[in-house]
Amino acid sequence: MYIIDRRLNPGGKSLANRQRFLRRAKAQIQRAVRQTAGDRDITDLERGGEVSIPADGVREPSFRRSGEGGVHDHILPGNKRFVEGDTVERPPGGGGSAAGGDNGEGEDDFRFVLTRDEFLDLFLDDLELPDLAKRRVATVETQGMRRAGYTVTGSPVNLALLRSMRNALSRRIAMRRPKSQDLLRLQEEIDRLEEREGPSERLTALRQELELLQLRSRRFPYIDPIDLRYRRFEPVAKPVAQAVMFCLMDVSGSMTEHMKDLAKRFYMLLYIFLTRRYKHVEIVFIRHTHEAKEVDEETFFNSPETGGTVVSSALREMQRIVEERYSPDAWNIYAAQASDGDNSPNDGTTSAAMLREVILPVCQYYAYLEVGSDSDRMQTGFINHKTSLWQTYETLQEQGANLAMRKVNHRREIYPVFRELFRRRDADAGAKVP
Amino acid sequence: MSVVEHDTLLFHGADWDFGTIQRIHDAVEAIGVGELGLDVYPNQIEVITAEQMLGAYASIGMPLFYKHWSFGKRFALHESSYRQGLMGLAYEIVINSNPCISYIMEENSATMQTLVIAHAAFGHNHFFKNNYLFKEWTDADGILDYLEFAKGYITRCEERYGHAAVERILDAAHALMSHGVHRYPRKKRPDLRSEERRERERQLHQEQTFNDLWRTVPTKGAAAKPQLSEERRRALLELPQENLLYFLEKSAPRLQPWQREILRIVRQIAQYFYPQRQTKVMNEGCATYCHYRIMTRLHETGQISDGAFLEFLQSHTNVTRQPEFDDPHYGGINPYALGFGMMQDIERICTKPTAEDREWFPDIAGGGDAMAVLRDVWANYRDESFISQFLSPHLIRRWRMFHLVDDPDRPELMIEAIHDERGYRRLRRSLSRHYDVGWSDPDIQVVDVDLAGDRRLILHHHVLNRTLLHKDDAQRVLQMVANLWGYAVVLKEVEPATGAIFQEHVAHPHETLF
Repeated sequence: MYIIDRRLNPGGKSLANRQRFLRRAKAQIQRAVRQTAGDRDITDLERGGEVSIPADGVREPSFRRSGEGGVHDHILPGNKRFVEGDTVERPPGGGGSAAGGDNGEGEDDFRFVLTRDEFLDLFLDDLELPDLAKRRVATVETQGMRRAGYTVTGSPVNLALLRSMRNALSRRIAMRRPKSQDLLRLQEEIDRLEEREGPSERLTALRQELELLQLRSRRFPYIDPIDLRYRRFEPVAKPVAQAVMFCLMDVSGSMTEHMKDLAKRFYMLLYIFLTRRYKHVEIVFIRHTHEAKEVDEETFFNSPETGGTVVSSALREMQRIVEERYSPDAWNIYAAQASDGDNSPNDGTTSAAMLREVILPVCQYYAYLEVGSDSDRMQTGFINHKTSLWQTYETLQEQGANLAMRKVNHRREIYPVFRELFRRRDADAGAKVP
Repeated sequence: MSVVEHDTLLFHGADWDFGTIQRIHDAVEAIGVGELGLDVYPNQIEVITAEQMLGAYASIGMPLFYKHWSFGKRFALHESSYRQGLMGLAYEIVINSNPCISYIMEENSATMQTLVIAHAAFGHNHFFKNNYLFKEWTDADGILDYLEFAKGYITRCEERYGHAAVERILDAAHALMSHGVHRYPRKKRPDLRSEERRERERQLHQEQTFNDLWRTVPTKGAAAKPQLSEERRRALLELPQENLLYFLEKSAPRLQPWQREILRIVRQIAQYFYPQRQTKVMNEGCATYCHYRIMTRLHETGQISDGAFLEFLQSHTNVTRQPEFDDPHYGGINPYALGFGMMQDIERICTKPTAEDREWFPDIAGGGDAMAVLRDVWANYRDESFISQFLSPHLIRRWRMFHLVDDPDRPELMIEAIHDERGYRRLRRSLSRHYDVGWSDPDIQVVDVDLAGDRRLILHHHVLNRTLLHKDDAQRVLQMVANLWGYAVVLKEVEPATGAIFQEHVAHPHETLF
């Protein structure tokens, strides 16, 4: 008998089969993932999780008898009262019988758990940052340098001192170059002998030895050009890996918790999306009433304020931050603005001008999300009502600005809107009013 | 109960190590082989984790298997129900190979490991080695090498022809798997080692003899070829043929050699598993009976403690539980319960027969040596014949079995037979038929090919009890058959007695598929 411990074998043997399965059922899984995402708290999105897809899509068909029609018989255990010839009323549901499990139609959903990566991959699969700006986008790369070993030629700046000295040392050892203290000791002994006793046989021998050593030491230099090594660098392409997302939010008294929640969900989605696309993503939270301030996330979403609304103040704050920290040459800049649409009457023109001339030119993408209250949807009469901010932006859009606008009333609308804003598109970059 | 001396115990508590496993194995072997007279392949016991057990589960229990999405699907399904606690894992998986490989999970307690070794490494092992179906149809020496070959071959095909092309062939082959077995023995036993060699030779031969020039040379008198007589043609194609995979592999005109080889691989594997499908009750019954005898004996001889024995009894009762038909947990007849029940009953008939037993089983009643009878049963029967021979009135009464018929032409369900004098034989006959794979699988055969015309392939389903095929599935599978065949395929559902046709399914090949 042999006992073998297989526990140490590499796990994940079934990974290849799993990938095949996911590929096979991709369309259904993707649909399920989106549906799940709609129902789920957005903070959960990063976690992956269980999805269920219709079993039909991954059914493995075979020739089998139908559960319906025809004569079926069963041998069952546990008779308590029947005698031969008894009849039993057919259980409701037709065709079925007391012996279940026999007409296994298997139309149930097929449930299983996706990992976080699988989930997000499918979730974001066909999303893409719209290439609206004329500058480099995600795919553009810059040149960078990377260490690539050593070379025998190079500029003095790149001299690899340690490596060169090590080479020299080994060469000196190999060639048996005399050490300087050996020479010194020899010289001292010669001097001593000369002083004390004058010429002798031993002195001659020492002089000869010294001469020989000096010769060796001249012939094999301490450092030879052959020892030198230089650090080598090679150019590599580096993707532009930084993005910054500006979250602008109106926090005036009219913004309810519900509206902030909607905005938060949208920002979260945008954040997940950007982190998947770029290595390094920063978020800047700007909230404004009649004046704007950069704040941390906690304050951004949680502390209520009151007061008037001046949108241009937020735009101005964003402009300041961009100038200070995020040069448009090096950063992909995104902005999402959430607001209930109220703006002070005389600010419309200023905001429009700010956007057109300052903000939009530096942004890869600017999305305006108008959040409404849950009950808004019911009042069909108000659907056509356009807020002042909406009107302002609409005018901008008509003038050809790269600006996307959507209105959202309920959290389940967030994801579809997000998808629409960021779906992979070809030439048609124009965002339309829903 | 004998006196338990602590120094005779194989283990204390739940922990085990490799030394424990060795001691357990030796003690179990002494009882299994020495006292019960089991005849087993050498054992190889492999310790694995729960995740590995799930993986092995997913690829129908085999340690190495080619890759296919359906195994990933099964894995995902099992994993999710396992995580939710809906499903416990099997304690063991055992492979019909020489040496016989049993997987045991690291989470098992020492008692469970003892149970598993008695159950799998001796019960199943004995059954695999001695049952005539396994002897006839499987090749325990060759299977692991063959699987290795199959895995490698399919991987190479994927590299060469692409994942999608291989997946389509495998999908089709899997759909036909239950119609990919020879039901009756042919010339010789399968020899999977030479299978692998033969594939290489076929390939070599093809490469050597292939000459593209010949394709363009007109054959002499092609037009004047005499019409084959219908009889001759059908004989050449070995028609009628119920092994659809075999037929397609040999005769489908448009398949590439590698596609035929894949069909062949799936067919060999289907054939390898065919005996398992026919001996579920017996195989599990044999293993359960053996573990019960061995564990009891270990306890009697003081090698396992009372606590361990109680732990064993709990698992044992769980496995052999048979809920009654009106119990919400009822899910059909439990093969472990039926097999174990019948084998215990045989033991009873051999040792303490009643007058009824003497009348029903004159050959074995009172014979005394139950193990000899059981070994003979394990060697020479399959579920269907086993039940039709050995299901006793005693057990029918104990289980209170009855026979319920659901005829759609009648307004109500009918109780055809119950556990009384009139019912015993009828119940036994009906139950044994349920375990006849030839009866429970639909009978589908290739009957003809329209060679002169459009090469349409004609299949017949011989309808039993007016039960037609599941329509959607039949259409899907037929589509796959058409894709493999390369021309249209028609499936007629025929009443065998009258020749009346209930239904016809037609499928045309997707030209782009193969």
